Amino acid sequence: MNTFDPKLIRKDFPIFERTINGKPIVYLDSAATTQKPEAVIEALASFYRRTNANIHRGVYALAEEATDLYEGTRARMARFIHSPTSHNIIFTRNTTESINLVAHSWGRKFLKKDDEILLTDLEHHANFVPWYLLSKDKQGMPRHSVPLTKDHRLDMDAFKKMLTPQVKLVAVTGMSNVLGTITPLKEIIRIAHANHSLVLVDGAQSVPHLQTDVVDLDCDFLAFSAHKMLGPTGVGVLWVRPEILEQMDPFLGGGEMISTVQMDDITWADLPYKFEAGTPNFADVAAFSKALDYLEKLGMDAIRSHEKGLVRYALKRLSELPDIVLYGPSDPELQGGAISFNHKIVHAHDVGTILSEQGVCIRVGHHCAQPLMKALGVSSTARASFYIYNTEEDVDALVKALGRVDQVFGLTGAKRK
Amino acid sequence: MSQPEKLQGGAMGGVEDLYREVILDHFKAPKNRGVLPTANAHAEGVNPLCGDQISMTALIENDEVKDVKFAGHGCAISQSAASMLTQAVKGKPLSVVRQITQAYKTLLGLGNSEGAPPPEALGDLISLEGVKKYPVRIKCALLSCNTLLQGIEDFLNKRGGRP
Repeated sequence: MNTFDPKLIRKDFPIFERTINGKPIVYLDSAATTQKPEAVIEALASFYRRTNANIHRGVYALAEEATDLYEGTRARMARFIHSPTSHNIIFTRNTTESINLVAHSWGRKFLKKDDEILLTDLEHHANFVPWYLLSKDKQGMPRHSVPLTKDHRLDMDAFKKMLTPQVKLVAVTGMSNVLGTITPLKEIIRIAHANHSLVLVDGAQSVPHLQTDVVDLDCDFLAFSAHKMLGPTGVGVLWVRPEILEQMDPFLGGGEMISTVQMDDITWADLPYKFEAGTPNFADVAAFSKALDYLEKLGMDAIRSHEKGLVRYALKRLSELPDIVLYGPSDPELQGGAISFNHKIVHAHDVGTILSEQGVCIRVGHHCAQPLMKALGVSSTARASFYIYNTEEDVDALVKALGRVDQVFGLTGAKRK
Repeated sequence: MSQPEKLQGGAMGGVEDLYREVILDHFKAPKNRGVLPTANAHAEGVNPLCGDQISMTALIENDEVKDVKFAGHGCAISQSAASMLTQAVKGKPLSVVRQITQAYKTLLGLGNSEGAPPPEALGDLISLEGVKKYPVRIKCALLSCNTLLQGIEDFLNKRGGRP
């Protein structure tokens, strides 16, 4: 594809043929989960129709084919995130499980009571609660959170001050799921490494929307989910720097992750299988590679540039509405494809319900980021998030539907010019 | 290919069915808002869906809700429901309060209507009937109700001896 045309892209997504209350679907919730292209849906159905067999065991043709597809996605994933090796890519259920794996298998083994973990106010509960649990396990090992600047970027001066010699791990998102704030990962990682701290990147939002190169980034752990990047649900990814992964203890115990088992003598399987206990979600993993193909065909830089344009347009349109308050950097250069806002009078929940009537799908609530809500001084926000299939018409539909909010609440006329 | 037609909000009536005028009136000018300084029963409630919090304070004497107030913030549904509920239960014996809350839950499509009082006892709460078409919003409508019941329960447990 030479030019990036979301109208053509939409034709690859069967869900957009559907209407809601007689209206076309205006899907602005891709930060929660993305829609799936026909190629992914077909790959998943085709796996069950033609290939289905358990992997890594059978010696018959079907099992070998299934194994090839599963391992093929691992190799495909290595290319996608520019990892020189694929044995350090582990398939999990989701980003949350990937981060829990690190907390359990690395954190429990290597962190001590007097060490510290540095988080940020931007973190999703997935990158917050596992460290809380680990801290409980470690007699209250301290955790601190880097605050935001007034324009809702990460406060890098505060980060540098808070990065004490005790900090053994910095756990930071690549892009806020609420505000869309893009964090300066390379800088964070460079500074953290100079302090001998490892860095875990929650890439659930950044990997689907920004070019990701683990070598250039130089992170130590990277966690993300397939379903937020056109892939099936139930597949998470964890990339770990190989020399770290080699030292980590197993996460779950069971089949597949062992080499030999006797009553009191167990040896672990080689990487990555040591961390993939039990029958994995091989059908979804197999189909996931088609999502990576689709994204790469479009080009991650083209995707970023498309979303930048949409965010710029949406920020302009939304800032023209007198009753709408915007959160986040409000700068497309610093903000990925997500915009959080509130109506000055109408609660986000009511906004969401009224927008739904107009076929406009947004997310409302605390977005699994209650520490961030507290930092913003709100209990909830409305969030519109974009992906490759969104158009300026979607933004127009959002703005029009927000007018309907005023209408339902009787705020038209005097309140709105 | 056939698609399910009944979606959140339904095809008929639109959101006006949910946001009836009386609901918006309570939202804009809530009754019994604040904290009751003389309260002997209180409880805090959280809607995990949105993080909204509500606090209910009540003065219970002779097994009657003499006075009741709600504080906190939330959506139009949760705020108007709290306003209407306090209006409906204020000055009522605890046994009637229980009947009202039961009838309210029935109105929202929860529980059964056996032995429920006539709908008049619900007062303005009856206007929240439309919420039952929006399953995820039922929690908003129930937040004040469940919080008040918790407060009464705690009060009775502390006092010992039930009406």
